[in-house]
Amino acid sequence: MGLSGFAFGVTSAGSGLSVWQTCVLSLLVFTGASQFALVGALAAGGNPFTAAAGAFFLGVRNAFYGLRLSQLLALPRAVRPFAAHWVIDETSAVSLAQSTRRSARIGFTVTGLTLYVLWNLTTLLGALGAEAIGDTDAWGIDAAGPAVFLALLAPMLRTTTERAVAGLAVVLGLGLLPVLPAGVPVLVAALAAPAVLYVEGRRRGEGRRRATTDTPQGEDR
Amino acid sequence: MNIWIAIGVTAVGCYAVKLIGLLVPAGALERPAVKRLAALLPVALLAALTAQQTFAEGQTLLLDAKAAGLGAAAVALVLRAPFLVVVAAAVVVTAGVRALTG
Repeated sequence: MGLSGFAFGVTSAGSGLSVWQTCVLSLLVFTGASQFALVGALAAGGNPFTAAAGAFFLGVRNAFYGLRLSQLLALPRAVRPFAAHWVIDETSAVSLAQSTRRSARIGFTVTGLTLYVLWNLTTLLGALGAEAIGDTDAWGIDAAGPAVFLALLAPMLRTTTERAVAGLAVVLGLGLLPVLPAGVPVLVAALAAPAVLYVEGRRRGEGRRRATTDTPQGEDR
Repeated sequence: MNIWIAIGVTAVGCYAVKLIGLLVPAGALERPAVKRLAALLPVALLAALTAQQTFAEGQTLLLDAKAAGLGAAAVALVLRAPFLVVVAAAVVVTAGVRALTG
């Protein structure tokens, strides 16, 4: 995240949000991919709820970070509502890399605080910068959003399963774009994940069945 | 007004999922199928968003300078460039192609 708050500020202001709206997003949402998704969907003319739904589903991964962090950090219940706001990719990565609870807590707090301050300051600078330069498209700023998504996506494409999900999602996302209301195609594209998992599960099931029926035949010979 | 509604819903939703992770008892979401789906959901969303924001304007599909910009970002990723260089490559190449093609 770090300095890319600048890219978010510019993109958001370039998408038609005010400086104030842009900064409130970074202050209250504080999870980069969701913020980029939201301003992109709003710029494309999506209604506020479908736009928010896309951002929300991208944020769901933070719940799974929280699960692992709650065991690791063992925070008092009263502190959890405050710590929750900082449960993001980077703080999770840093905390989970520590070997003791003490250093995990320090890592979480330092990373959380540093990124929160940086992300919000750079968002403000980016939004002000976008207002100053006017036509952000002439500067290629509209390419920043998709580049951020691609940079987040690339390290996730490790196996055929991930690539199949990504490929199917691209086809669904682009294919349905002209025919469904703005913001909806990306939600349909999210179904690529359960769809590929389902096919994968069936294949594995079939493979197991074949393996069990094959063995007796092998013994016959 | 619509924008404020979207900001409000997103802020509440994104905060809620962060908090749920910290509050639910360990093991509640630890089923392999759930974890697998949670890992694949961002893959689908990010792929669809990348494609849409590169190859579409509103509800129309199109091929413009952004495609070249994204190509540059992909090359930067293959070369293991830092995050900011990847984004900068996309922006600079997109702006360059636009300036050249007017």
